[in-house]
Amino acid sequence: MNSAPALIPTTRKSVKPGRRALMDHPLAQLTLVRFREFLREPEALFWVFVFPVLLAAGLGIAFRNRPPEVLQIGAVTTELARPLRAEKLLDVREFSPAAGQRALRDGKVALLAVPGTGGSVLYEYDDTNPEGRTARMLVDRALQRAAGRVDPVGSTDRILREPGSRYIDFLIPGLLGMNLMGSAIWGMGFAIVDARRKKLIKRLVATPMPRHYYLLSFALSRLLMLVVEVGVLLGFGALAFKVPVRGSLLDIAVLCVAGSLAFGAIGLLISSRAQTIEAASGLMNVVMMPMWILSGVFFSAQRFPDALQPLIKALPLTALIDALRANLLQGASFVQLAPQLGILGGWMIVCFAVALKIFRWR
Amino acid sequence: MPESPPKAALRIRNLRKTYKDVVAVDGLDLDVPAGECFGLLGPNGAGKTTTIEICEGLTEPDSGEVEVLGFHWRHHAGELRQRLGIQLQETQLSEKLTVLETLRLFRSFYNQGPPAAEVIRLVQLEEKQNSRVGGLSGGQKQRLALACALVGEPELLFLDEPTTGLDPQARRQLWELIEELKLAGRSILLTTHYMDEAERLCERVAIMDHGKTTALGTPRELVASLGVEHVVEFSTGGAGAKLDMAALGSLDGIRDVKTENGSVLMQATELHRAVPALLAELDRQKLPLTELRTHSATLEDVFVTLTGRHLRDE
Repeated sequence: MNSAPALIPTTRKSVKPGRRALMDHPLAQLTLVRFREFLREPEALFWVFVFPVLLAAGLGIAFRNRPPEVLQIGAVTTELARPLRAEKLLDVREFSPAAGQRALRDGKVALLAVPGTGGSVLYEYDDTNPEGRTARMLVDRALQRAAGRVDPVGSTDRILREPGSRYIDFLIPGLLGMNLMGSAIWGMGFAIVDARRKKLIKRLVATPMPRHYYLLSFALSRLLMLVVEVGVLLGFGALAFKVPVRGSLLDIAVLCVAGSLAFGAIGLLISSRAQTIEAASGLMNVVMMPMWILSGVFFSAQRFPDALQPLIKALPLTALIDALRANLLQGASFVQLAPQLGILGGWMIVCFAVALKIFRWR
Repeated sequence: MPESPPKAALRIRNLRKTYKDVVAVDGLDLDVPAGECFGLLGPNGAGKTTTIEICEGLTEPDSGEVEVLGFHWRHHAGELRQRLGIQLQETQLSEKLTVLETLRLFRSFYNQGPPAAEVIRLVQLEEKQNSRVGGLSGGQKQRLALACALVGEPELLFLDEPTTGLDPQARRQLWELIEELKLAGRSILLTTHYMDEAERLCERVAIMDHGKTTALGTPRELVASLGVEHVVEFSTGGAGAKLDMAALGSLDGIRDVKTENGSVLMQATELHRAVPALLAELDRQKLPLTELRTHSATLEDVFVTLTGRHLRDE
């Protein structure tokens, strides 16, 4: 053991702090640790960067816009079937009355046309099925016109199939918001609880490390990672599906930062006392699950009852997704997004303040 | 010449700490002069860790006075953190970082101290400096933990059970390291429940039980205070129940007799008289001797005598 150099302990040279390389600053080192831990965890890389793109691609393909669908309908007499064949949007099949009933019940046709009494027609269909209602209108129009009806008002159609109103356009901002929420809450929560479980936080607190640097390193690494995360998903949407980006990029950046900080604060609050990964992941699911469903990631939040709307609008994920949609699809300005930014700011301040108050540093 | 170091590394007066209804530290007094390696000995739950964590500024005492390097936690926390090197029980450093990255992180918190690479050399982890912490052996992890305590060039080191759970070779390696730190003049407070560790490393030890010190002194003084030099341990197989204990107690050169786990423990002042007397007595009682051991009295015997329990009973 004699070969090892002995440290000279007795004097404390008065070295001025701060005259060190930037990379040796505690905040830089702590942030580097965040990156190293993240990049050395392949699973995390997959969930943050690859999974959202796969999800967008899959849903984008499944819900791609198709040419207008031709409706299957049935008729029980040739007299009824003939005029209907002139309608391009209908596929008409002839049935015996019994076979027609069966086809209608099995959903093979959306509507069955049956001769009524005195030259009238009877339409059989399910009025809760949109296809049935559409078929009812198309069939009736075709029969009336074939019988000589002249529409009093002339009309022409102009077809719009523009980017911005398709499902994928709706979906990309939703996925972006969901991804920001997930990576902030999971990234923060698991790292902190794991460090607490391993008594690593306690060990760090036993050094002269300023405590706020520890928390700040999470915010810094999150913000740097954000650039990649948002870039990957938006870039994919724009390149693969021509999803429009109508608002300014600066506004998007501010929105994403605000969202990320708000969810980071929520993640911090969730992990402020939990001692085990199990407890923390339970809490995370309780917090995130309602927002996955209510906040309009995959379908519009307007579908929920009016009574719930104020509550849904106050959720941070709803605010973020609404603002992102308004920005990307309608090019909304900051002033128009003020309510959403206000909601995100509110969540951030409240959660951060409470988390700091109750944080368990050991 | 360097400035004169403070007279006391640690000064504790009437320290108390209670958790719910458990009294962890119960009116403890302790003085550790600068440059000394002091050992806190005791079984699990004796209050060693609570005491050391109060000294480290990680736990608030209920009452009492703690002065570390002449400073108080309430007023000079920042100052103290820079001057202390701390190794906690059971810290798991981040497994995904390398040895060098871990030490650079810890080094960045301190205003002064040797470069990370130098500390790595000191704890003999050069070959592992680019390995992930997750791939280190227990002994290597423990040396890394010690290195993390050394990067700030501490005046006082707190080591909480530094060799618990290590194999004998790793323990000896760590002892050599600690001895080297002692030679360099550092003050060290360590806790342990290994008697051989305390006897080898510590200038003075305090034996702690139920939150109090029950004995204090150099290992040699404590053993001498027993007044016996040897311990004789024997067993008579299945016939132990028939043993006449009173007769054993009155044998020549025997101080104290008790049974434990089926064998008999006797404290002896003079081995060369006690053993023949024992053999003769067993012969007289017509009992077989199935096992006979003797050893010089150790701190373990001091502890057993003081508390009636073994250090590692759990």
